[in-house]
Amino acid sequence: MAEQQQIDDILPGDYQAGFVTDIESDSLPPGLSEEVVREISRIKGEPEFLLEWRLQAYRHWLTLETPEWAHVNYPAIDYQAISYYSAPKKKTDGPKSLDEVDPELLRTYEKLGVPLDERARLAGVAVDAVFDSVSVANTFQDKLAEEGIIFMPFSKAVHEHPELIKKYLGSVVSYKDNFYAALNSAVFSDGSFVYIPKGKRCPMELSTYFRINAANTGQFERTLIIADDDAYVSYLEGCTAPMRDENQLHAAVVELVAMDRAEIKYSTVQNWYPGDENGVGGIFNFVTKRAACRGESSKVSWTQVETGSAITWKYPSVILQGDNSTGEFYSVAVTNNMQQADTGTKMIHLGKNTSSTIISKGISAGRSQNAYRGLVRVGPNADNARNYTECDSLLMGDKCAAHTFPYIEVKNPTAQVEHEASTSKISEDQLFYCKQRGLDVEDAVSMIVNGFCKQVIRELPMEFAVEAQNLLGLSLEGSVG
Amino acid sequence: MLEIKNLHASVDGKEILRGINLTVNAGEVHAIMGPNGAGKSTLSNVLAGRDGYEITQGEVIYKGENLLDLEAEERAQRGVFLAFQYPVEIPGVSNIYLLKAALNAVRQYQGLDDLDAIDFLTLVRSKMELVKMDESFLHRSVNEGFSGGEKKRNEILQMALLEPSLAILDETDSGLDIDALKIVSDGVNSLRSKDRSVVMITHYQRLLDYIVPDFVHVLSAGRIVKSGDKELAKELEKTGYSWVNETAEGQPA
Repeated sequence: MAEQQQIDDILPGDYQAGFVTDIESDSLPPGLSEEVVREISRIKGEPEFLLEWRLQAYRHWLTLETPEWAHVNYPAIDYQAISYYSAPKKKTDGPKSLDEVDPELLRTYEKLGVPLDERARLAGVAVDAVFDSVSVANTFQDKLAEEGIIFMPFSKAVHEHPELIKKYLGSVVSYKDNFYAALNSAVFSDGSFVYIPKGKRCPMELSTYFRINAANTGQFERTLIIADDDAYVSYLEGCTAPMRDENQLHAAVVELVAMDRAEIKYSTVQNWYPGDENGVGGIFNFVTKRAACRGESSKVSWTQVETGSAITWKYPSVILQGDNSTGEFYSVAVTNNMQQADTGTKMIHLGKNTSSTIISKGISAGRSQNAYRGLVRVGPNADNARNYTECDSLLMGDKCAAHTFPYIEVKNPTAQVEHEASTSKISEDQLFYCKQRGLDVEDAVSMIVNGFCKQVIRELPMEFAVEAQNLLGLSLEGSVG
Repeated sequence: MLEIKNLHASVDGKEILRGINLTVNAGEVHAIMGPNGAGKSTLSNVLAGRDGYEITQGEVIYKGENLLDLEAEERAQRGVFLAFQYPVEIPGVSNIYLLKAALNAVRQYQGLDDLDAIDFLTLVRSKMELVKMDESFLHRSVNEGFSGGEKKRNEILQMALLEPSLAILDETDSGLDIDALKIVSDGVNSLRSKDRSVVMITHYQRLLDYIVPDFVHVLSAGRIVKSGDKELAKELEKTGYSWVNETAEGQPA
């Protein structure tokens, strides 16, 4: 078919964050053992309780098997071939201000369009930049501290707020939760920590930018966000990595805690290197993200735009404990070439009058595999629980696949659970219509795809929405079907 | 404006157009009529550049350029507009977004800057009056949930905005009640000008009472078998298409 030819001609889209930063780094040699776990903890000068916790996690991890239920295929990972710690070499003990940050690093973030300097002030976004295993720059900390808001690298929070770490770390995602969560708990290096005190609305978007640079390195970041009673925060996360021929592992854990009437909005634009058109290289993105709506009338929204990674295995979930609490999941997952995604959410209704909304948009092109996997569980005490789920798949070309795996478990007769699913293709009619109005194929595809994803894109903060729209266009350049 | 010379086109090896000759000068309105299967829609699709048609012979000259060498979007940017028989739905894309993207694509080709939001909106509003559409249309998804009449009015709105040199109206009257037909026709008539040519493709004479053509052509079995003025359409209305089939079959292929 001419149509298929057209698709193949224009695939693949360009990956624009694929450069490598030439910077000296201190890395641990590849391999994982109790010694490595101790060494990571020692480098970071961690308190005893944290080392203990890491070791427990490590010992538990040794008893676990790699999960195989996801609809993805990849060769077994050799966990002894990965380096579990890499940090850019630094002259001092860590930058006190941006002036002390290695200019090479600043240039890296500049290239990626992440504002760490004066532009950040203009953009009104506080940024934490995590490079390989450590945080390299964190802006606006002082200004936020005046409000009592804590936003700092996780490794710093361990020293400055050990009581909060001790109280909340692992309280949403236990190290026993799953294989990758256990691994992360043992070897996590850095990430962001956020605490919004009672009654505070965080006055700006908080943002963490993750970058994997070093070769043969895994990134295991840990993010913990706590919104106390009546607090509000919007948090953004962006991710990129250089183009490399070997696969790199990214196994993060994100824990969110929302107390009474608190609201957390967590947005992700994930653009890890997806591998080339033959499936060589790319990030294995095995992430555990979970939120606890612990307080009454609390609310957590996950919004994700997933365009990168060779494999994505990720289910941002909400445990609706508090009465009248609300969980939302808005997702766009794009797979092209040989990418594989198995992503979705879990909404666990425990409290009364809890409600959840799931909007999932999967877009598959090339020879990719794209699966939605979602669980809606209503516990016996969750009177009047409500769920609405909508899963739509868009196929481009005839070599890709979309799958939907919904799981619904209801143990309370007052629950109302709705599930809608659709699969469609970008039709030749739609393309011709747009072309006949003067749009070229790429603009037409980008427009049609953005229309398909509109319900999700509009949930993103403004500046992220623009980035996400561009990214959708780039990831799918010309993949028409 | 448009010169079609001995145009032959096939779909999946089957010849649909078998030697079309037609000259359309600037400012003229031509109606192409014919029975089902005569090749009317094929002709409009071939002129607009839809994939899936093989041109086996002939040429089409538009403003001195070989039209058939151009991609569909290049033809559109040069002022060839097709009002679709079945306008396509694009979920989630607002009408105003498509209108703006389309207008800017044409303007870019003309070397003009994109219109800013305010100028654009002012322009769109003025055009919407032509087809009696209210502003809520701008924010609905393209053609999604539109009635048949609304879809056709939307096509004419796009035409009014893009101000094409050559407008091809493919069965614009199909599925319209008399009120909608009147609105659409008034819209088209207001767009008639000495620099704009219109090719109307229709099965029924009814449309021609509202948009009066300068020329009428009868298409049958892939060829124009008869040409005349508006009286020819009236004749067809009386006698039906049966005679043209006989005429067509009587001619050597």
